[in-house]
Amino acid sequence: MDFDVELDTLGKQCPIPIVKTAKKMKELEVGQVLRVLSDDEGIKEDMPAWANTTGNEFLGIEEEDGMYICYVKKVTQ
Amino acid sequence: MADKATIVVFSGDLDKVLAAFIIATGAAAQGMDVTMFFTFWGLNAIKKDKGPIKGAKNWMQKMMGMMNRGGASRLPLSKFNMGGMGKMMMKKIMKSQNVTTLPELMEAAIDLDVKLWPCKMSMDVMGVGKEDLIPETGNPVGVAAYTAEAAQSKLNLFI
Repeated sequence: MDFDVELDTLGKQCPIPIVKTAKKMKELEVGQVLRVLSDDEGIKEDMPAWANTTGNEFLGIEEEDGMYICYVKKVTQ
Repeated sequence: MADKATIVVFSGDLDKVLAAFIIATGAAAQGMDVTMFFTFWGLNAIKKDKGPIKGAKNWMQKMMGMMNRGGASRLPLSKFNMGGMGKMMMKKIMKSQNVTTLPELMEAAIDLDVKLWPCKMSMDVMGVGKEDLIPETGNPVGVAAYTAEAAQSKLNLFI
């Protein structure tokens, strides 16, 4: 999947992946896609929940050897 | 306007304060406007690591300040603390599991503009002055300041 900015949160437990995602998202322009790498399994539920609450679009998640690759599109400022 | 969240931190136990800050940072990361209200033993979480307290006015408060020094890195576990042994082991396990430490989590909370309000009455009882608390702490407040925030909050917890 295409993306504009990548965020590496590997080795970080809850709540850091979400906290860093929120921070990084502020740097993006509306319409850009953020790719977040995480090895915290909780991210599978957390990222869609975060996107939903903040009004951003969760595009999907890929799983690769215990790594989760999430894609979120910035919808609101 | 952003949704509000309020958390009363009554406990000064490491595990409970950690839970409070995980929820606070999580809510703030989701765009909520978060206020934490520190009362009684909870004040220990926002005390500077350098003890003993300076605000103590009499020998009883001084003694309490010595035994109850506080500071984020000094909080005991609510269970199996065993004079600090259990806490040491828990910290080791948490580190091996990549769990963020309380001081790091507090830094993240401050970075996300989570408000840290100390309870004035508890400060008076324990002889804790503003100078004994970390500089990011807000002005001392009473119960009305908390209930006013809580009344407008979608998420309200007592830990």
